[in-house]
Amino acid sequence: MGQAGPVPDGRLTPPSSTGGLLDVFRRRYVLKLLVKREISARYQGSVLGLLWSYIQPLTRFILYFFVMGIILDLREIENFGIHLFAGLVLVSYFTDTFSAGTRSIVRNKAIVQKMAMPREMFPVASMLVSLYHALPQVVILVVACLGVGWQPDGTGFLAVLLGFSIIAVLGTALALLFSAANVFFRDFSNIVTTLTTFAHFSVPMMYPFTLVEARFGAANVPFYLANPLAEAVLLMQRGFWTTTTADPAATAVEHMPDHLFTRGLVHLGISLVLLVVAQLVFRRLETKFPERL
Amino acid sequence: MTESIVVENVTKSFTMRYHRTIKQMSIARVRGQEISDTFLAVDDVSFRVDQGESIGLMGLNGSGKSTLLKLINGVMKPDAGSVLTRGRIAGLIATGAGFHPQLTGRENVFLNAAILGMTEKETKAKFDAIVEFADVGKFLDLPVGNYSSGMFARLGFAVAVHTDSDIFLVDEVLAVGDRPFKRKCIARMEEIRATGRTLFYVSHAPGSVRKMCERVLVLEKGRLAFDGPTDEGIKFLHYDDSDEDDDNTEEPDDLGADI
Repeated sequence: MGQAGPVPDGRLTPPSSTGGLLDVFRRRYVLKLLVKREISARYQGSVLGLLWSYIQPLTRFILYFFVMGIILDLREIENFGIHLFAGLVLVSYFTDTFSAGTRSIVRNKAIVQKMAMPREMFPVASMLVSLYHALPQVVILVVACLGVGWQPDGTGFLAVLLGFSIIAVLGTALALLFSAANVFFRDFSNIVTTLTTFAHFSVPMMYPFTLVEARFGAANVPFYLANPLAEAVLLMQRGFWTTTTADPAATAVEHMPDHLFTRGLVHLGISLVLLVVAQLVFRRLETKFPERL
Repeated sequence: MTESIVVENVTKSFTMRYHRTIKQMSIARVRGQEISDTFLAVDDVSFRVDQGESIGLMGLNGSGKSTLLKLINGVMKPDAGSVLTRGRIAGLIATGAGFHPQLTGRENVFLNAAILGMTEKETKAKFDAIVEFADVGKFLDLPVGNYSSGMFARLGFAVAVHTDSDIFLVDEVLAVGDRPFKRKCIARMEEIRATGRTLFYVSHAPGSVRKMCERVLVLEKGRLAFDGPTDEGIKFLHYDDSDEDDDNTEEPDDLGADI
């Protein structure tokens, strides 16, 4: 942008934003304001406000713990609560990003219709807001781990980082795609609600990963692991859960798939490719946003 | 002279959908009705504006003025042709400039200014001036959704006129303000013009266009029908046979016809 003044020194440029996601990070100040706004607006008008971010995962945790852990008696898994919660933190982060991101453009139509700015800003802001809500849950998880005797290790830390990166990139990519699609057909926000239900059951958090092989056979395990969510949850458990068990090394061998990190990096790579594709699709659809909102 | 806005062979069409659900669409198809139709809002328009020029954009309702303004502002992208601008753009497109109804006036000022390209420091430095201009009083810390349409527009206008911009766009916003506010706006627009910034003014009021602009573009059904001096442009539109806008002649600063 040129300096203001009688004769701007800038070049002639298209007035609409062309940099896509790059522009989003170039204009961090706007992003910061949007994120702040989202944080205060997401639970606006509710008495409990931000607490809902904790109540929802907590009730889900209690429900799954009760049904899976007690009724179906999966407590044979050591520290089942941590096994479950480590997965739940990440899955909630994903579903939050996905569903809030999908609605982000339509919800901000007042701005989208009237001001020139990179519209990728809104899905990205949704992802960051979800991350903001996920971090306190990680703190609770750490406290719980320390409570049952945690021996954190560097590999575990990297695993958690990789798990979160996969979800952040994948969540942003899907939020971009679906937020644009949602402008054209509002059906997409309903489709997302349906998809997020699957997310909870497609990952090994309320049942052990070993059960997958036991039920479907070793040949089908790669298909199960092709789900980036499942892989990310396993990475999360590598960081928080295996290291709280009596014999971390043995637990890791028994409960973690082989090539855990290689698979994780492949998933991250695929998610990045998907992000690029999402950006290209978004760019194409974006030109029709003002008239279709 | 430096060029400020270059519009070349710009075309923008809209798709109109008559039916939104599968049920409606299939019924329409069975009956052989049109499901969608395209509508050419801006049709092969080209012109150049130099830095510091004041341009009045006129035309009947539905002639594509607002669409053209949105293309220059960057909210829309042309289907064909190119729009190029130099420097920062501010202004008001229709009433209310993309405010978020749930946010307070204060938060909206910061967000709006940021989207227009101002930094936090710049906004803080100008905040008092913005609030004073907007004159919304104690409503500043209430969500703008509760504002009257006049307050809404005043706040939007206040942010826009205080942004350091090189190009300033105005679209029919003055229609909602009361008379003292309109006077204030006109004074501010003249100031903007005097500092050598490019002014692009959409209006139906020949009085204020004559006052503010030295050149007029007239759109007719999306095509550029006239590009030249203000008086000739107004004559071209037959807005000068003053049977209805007498109040423009008796009171030169009135913008009442701005509807």
